[in-house]
Amino acid sequence: MIEFENVTKRYPDGTRAVDGLSLTVPSRGITVFVGPSGCGKTTSLRMINRMIDPTEGRILIDGDDVTAQPPARLRRSIGYVIQHAGLFPHRTVVDNVATVPVLSGVPRRTARAAAYELLERVGLTAQMGDRYPAQLSGGQQQRVGVARALAADPPILLMDEPFSAVDPVVRAELQAELLRLQAALDKTIVMVTHDIDEAIKVGDRVAVFADGGRIAQFDEPEELLARPADDFVRGFVGRDRGYRGLSFVAAGDVPVRPISTAVAGLVLVVDAEGRPVAWRGPGGDLPLGGTFSDGDTVRRVADLAILSPASAAVRVDDRGRADGLVPHEDLATHIREHQVALLGDGGPG
Amino acid sequence: MSLGSDIVDYVELNHEDIVDALVAHVWLALVPVAIALVLSLPLGWLVHRFGWARHPLLTLSSVVYTIPSLALLLLLPGFIGTSILDPVNVLIALTLYSLALLVRTTADGLGSVDEDVLAAATAMGYRPLRRWLSVELPLALPVVLAGARIATVANVSMVSISALLGIQSLGQLFTRGFQLGFYAPPIIIGLVLSVLLAIVADAALVLVQRFATPWARVGAAR
Repeated sequence: MIEFENVTKRYPDGTRAVDGLSLTVPSRGITVFVGPSGCGKTTSLRMINRMIDPTEGRILIDGDDVTAQPPARLRRSIGYVIQHAGLFPHRTVVDNVATVPVLSGVPRRTARAAAYELLERVGLTAQMGDRYPAQLSGGQQQRVGVARALAADPPILLMDEPFSAVDPVVRAELQAELLRLQAALDKTIVMVTHDIDEAIKVGDRVAVFADGGRIAQFDEPEELLARPADDFVRGFVGRDRGYRGLSFVAAGDVPVRPISTAVAGLVLVVDAEGRPVAWRGPGGDLPLGGTFSDGDTVRRVADLAILSPASAAVRVDDRGRADGLVPHEDLATHIREHQVALLGDGGPG
Repeated sequence: MSLGSDIVDYVELNHEDIVDALVAHVWLALVPVAIALVLSLPLGWLVHRFGWARHPLLTLSSVVYTIPSLALLLLLPGFIGTSILDPVNVLIALTLYSLALLVRTTADGLGSVDEDVLAAATAMGYRPLRRWLSVELPLALPVVLAGARIATVANVSMVSISALLGIQSLGQLFTRGFQLGFYAPPIIIGLVLSVLLAIVADAALVLVQRFATPWARVGAAR
């Protein structure tokens, strides 16, 4: 648990980066600080490992004031991932990863052996360990940055805009990788980003920062989309929040009709194994589009229903065989019921 | 007799003097670079780290560099009480010139280190001195060594001036030729050896650079 107690950061010129921030980041799970630039989110993050010291107030980790121990020792117990990775260009990848254990006194040989294993854990190969950072792509460098932060197995991981310098495809991969790692490691992660979509995708909880380190809303992502606290959050969360909220609704609960049902005059064609092939109508065959399975979200189902020539999404089982259809009107009913239930157990949105 | 055979004859008759002059020249040219490199680290750090140190130190460096070398060689004994024929004067004068150059390049080298890398090092738990020695300094090295190459070549050329004061160096081959009524062989030998020495010293530093900063070439190749 990380507690900010009335924390203020004032600079000599009088500007307040953070003004009276009080916030409790619970242990385990990913907490995202999101907000426009200059809102104090990065300053707040950097005060946790004392890269910046607050002017007033204090920060506690599991009840202990962060100033109770020397900054270097505190930092070795907190992983840190920075934008552009910040790898040491003069050290090989494996030596980069072994940095914190070596600083803490682990023999270099032992630290390196562990570092090679860690590289594989973050989706790289051991061979890459012998290269220099400049020989890796931006996405690979960022994976090394994550491995380096995890090398000493710290309970807390701070991530400062970790994925903002890579292209959208790589960013999505890295986000998925982070979620996969976190499912296995279960760390307390605090991530800073200016990208609300990233916050909603990876965060278990999202703190929306307004100017001066004021917290406009601290909530689960689904709540943020369904019930923004004020106009600032509503504006920041942006358009399509209804549609994006569907990515928190499991597709498994959507009722389906038998695959023999004709929809809009079209019938689903399946092959000998039962896998869907196309939609057939009086004018001939039309493309299938795509399929969803139980693990997908309603956002995917809605997308498929929109794209389908029959205006129906096709569900498949784990062997790829078609086992149900979701026409527009059934989906609309399901979404309406879900939304009424969601808004019913809280105030109006 | 042709110039070629004159040169061969001169070498045969004077090879001991020539070797002695070469050794003295190497010594006088390279020792100041080594001393200046060591001194430039704390001074360059001051310039890089503290705004107040930057202006006075860099101005002083520029001023030192503008003092004519002959004047400096003549004035130094008066300040430090050495004999005017003492090679130490040359060592000190060239150390000052090298230092004037290297303080700036060291400061520039330290300034060229990526802020993200330094922030990461701090966040990993480096204490300041260890961070400086194992992160900042190695990363500044390519720029510092580039400065050392310039200082080395400049020194090889400047040492010759000291021959005017009677101090042993390849420059003596020039003064000898002059005294013999522009007799060409010693002048040409001195010239060729000076140029060769500069090239060899520079090549040696390039090798040091490659060995000490293998990562820099990798980065540049991308």
